[in-house]
Amino acid sequence: MTATISATGLVKRYGEVTALDGLDLSVPEGTVLGLLGPNGAGKTTAVSILTTLLEPDEGQATIAGVDLRTRPDEVRRRIGLSGQYAAVDEVLTGYENLDMIGRLYHLGKARSKTRSRELLERFDLVDAGDRPVKTYSGGMRRRLDLAGALVAEPPVLFLDEPTTGLDPRSRIDLWAVIRELVAKGSTLLLTTQYMEEADQLADEIVVIDHGTAIARGTSDQLKSQVGGDRIDVSIDDADQLGRARAVLERVAVGDVEVDAPVRRLLAPISGGAGTLTTALRALDDAGIAISDVGLRRPTLDDVFLTLTGRRAEHEETSEDDAGRESDPRESTSSGAPS
Amino acid sequence: MNAVTAVFADTSVIAKRNVIKIVRVPEVMVFVLMSPIMFVLLFGYVFGNAIAVEGTSYREFLIAGIFAQSVMFGATFTGAGIAEDMQKGIMDRFRSLPMSRSAVLAGRTISDVVYNLLSLIIMAITGLAVGWRIRGSFLEAILGFVLLLVFAYAVSWVMAYIALLVPSVEVINNASFMVIFPLTFIANTFVPAEDLPGPLKTFAEWNPVSSVTQAARELFGNIPPGVPAPDVWSLQHPIIYTMIWVVITIAVFAPLSVNRYKRANRR
Ligand SMILES: Nc1ncnc2c1ncn2[C@@H]1O[C@H](COP(=O)(O)OP(=O)(O)OP(=O)(O)O)[C@@H](O)[C@H]1O
Ligand SMILES: [Mg+2]
Repeated sequence: MTATISATGLVKRYGEVTALDGLDLSVPEGTVLGLLGPNGAGKTTAVSILTTLLEPDEGQATIAGVDLRTRPDEVRRRIGLSGQYAAVDEVLTGYENLDMIGRLYHLGKARSKTRSRELLERFDLVDAGDRPVKTYSGGMRRRLDLAGALVAEPPVLFLDEPTTGLDPRSRIDLWAVIRELVAKGSTLLLTTQYMEEADQLADEIVVIDHGTAIARGTSDQLKSQVGGDRIDVSIDDADQLGRARAVLERVAVGDVEVDAPVRRLLAPISGGAGTLTTALRALDDAGIAISDVGLRRPTLDDVFLTLTGRRAEHEETSEDDAGRESDPRESTSSGAPS
Repeated sequence: MNAVTAVFADTSVIAKRNVIKIVRVPEVMVFVLMSPIMFVLLFGYVFGNAIAVEGTSYREFLIAGIFAQSVMFGATFTGAGIAEDMQKGIMDRFRSLPMSRSAVLAGRTISDVVYNLLSLIIMAITGLAVGWRIRGSFLEAILGFVLLLVFAYAVSWVMAYIALLVPSVEVINNASFMVIFPLTFIANTFVPAEDLPGPLKTFAEWNPVSSVTQAARELFGNIPPGVPAPDVWSLQHPIIYTMIWVVITIAVFAPLSVNRYKRANRR
């Protein structure tokens, strides 16, 4: 049996830029695929193609057994889309937005009305439901947009960065909604820049960069690709970051990563607890005071870093990207009290 | 729901949404109400006293021209609305729904007929208040208004196509001014076509804005007896000539626009 979402060799070029470069995707019925990639990786392009908004230059795809190229109208009956940017009408009320979508899915007047009210409740928008959307916060718009994708209860859902811009509570609420949908049998393709989100929701993860898949598997499979454990050390004195790095480099099997603003170092090792003891002794000998230390399994974040040479975006740390990329010795000498 | 009922149902959903947007946005509503009044008063009084047209009051001569110009500008609304929906990503949402592929544009152009109808009613009332009179039969006058609306409807499809090509509200506004101003001025809207110099005269005589204006003038009974008949076919048969333009414009631009809509990805 073919997968509910199945795409092979998708290519999309924009002049010089190759947005998708031979992407294959396959999502079995009732599962969640997490499409993970940095800015410009081609996530939105892939979603646009699979939702009939954009025609690929090359490649084939079927959605719920329907060919995308020859029967796009039939595909549209089976899908729900929530794009990267909330596409809601500001002048209409939340209810009117949903009801309009329901009518355009041809649900019929009564059904469209009930569904719209149900969804307003589900997404915690009952109080705001009869207010124009221009009075909504960004998070409320986002939730309304997601509700729009669910009006017709389509069997296949595409959510492009559904939780970007949501606060942590709304994000967790939305994860619950998504789990519920999948439990009822929906098939879902979800793009995200958040490792945690993919980790939480996706049955399978495809990491893409520059329009091609650079890794795929379950979260555990991907983590094991990156190999062993990591020593995670935080130190007291920012001036010692350079020295601490040099010490750790002697026990590490790969590059030691330094997160200067939080005075934290991350060293991949092959040995386990024994190596940790060695490392701690060496740090102590060098006179470096440690505030926190641990041995941990690699996260998807580490997978991403290993595969692309870049960290995936993280909401808590996205603001100090600049600090992380500059040389830790330079950034600390100016910033830390001595 | 079969394909034909779907077209009608979807078009009415979209048209209803657009009309809600006209009525609910105060800025738009003020524009709908004020600009026709302004047009009639401004042109009527500024030009109305300055230029003499044989055998009739110039103000009466002007009204049909002002109507034609206003509904042309009303058609710009189509372009601006489409550009806005594209920019806000709402067009992508529509395009991902299993709705009729022509409904978004059909609904848009139809809601702009509503917009133009409102502005025609207000202009007519203002015109009557400043001395304009319908001197023909009531039915002919209705036909005159319908012809103006049908003409604007055709122009809406041109605007729709431009907006799908260049989805920017600013560009649409500029482009439409650059097209609509010359089209509505090099015509018999404000001065009789025969008074224009050389090539402008020929352009004005065959300009469909002239023919729709001429037709409206005739149907409103605003051409006094004794005025010599125009000597070009287009203005001798203004209703037929206008309808030829309307049919050709819609036949060309409606399919072009729908086709463009199908691939109108946001970026
Ligand atoms: N219409 C377009 N014209 C030119 N280039 C485009 C167009 N659309 C996308 N691209 C390019 O294609 C590449 C992939 O873009 P896409 O929007 O799919 O990335 P993404 O993974 O969704 O990124 P983000 O996380 O920022 O949303 C980028 O390099 C982008 O600049
Ligand atoms: Mg994107």
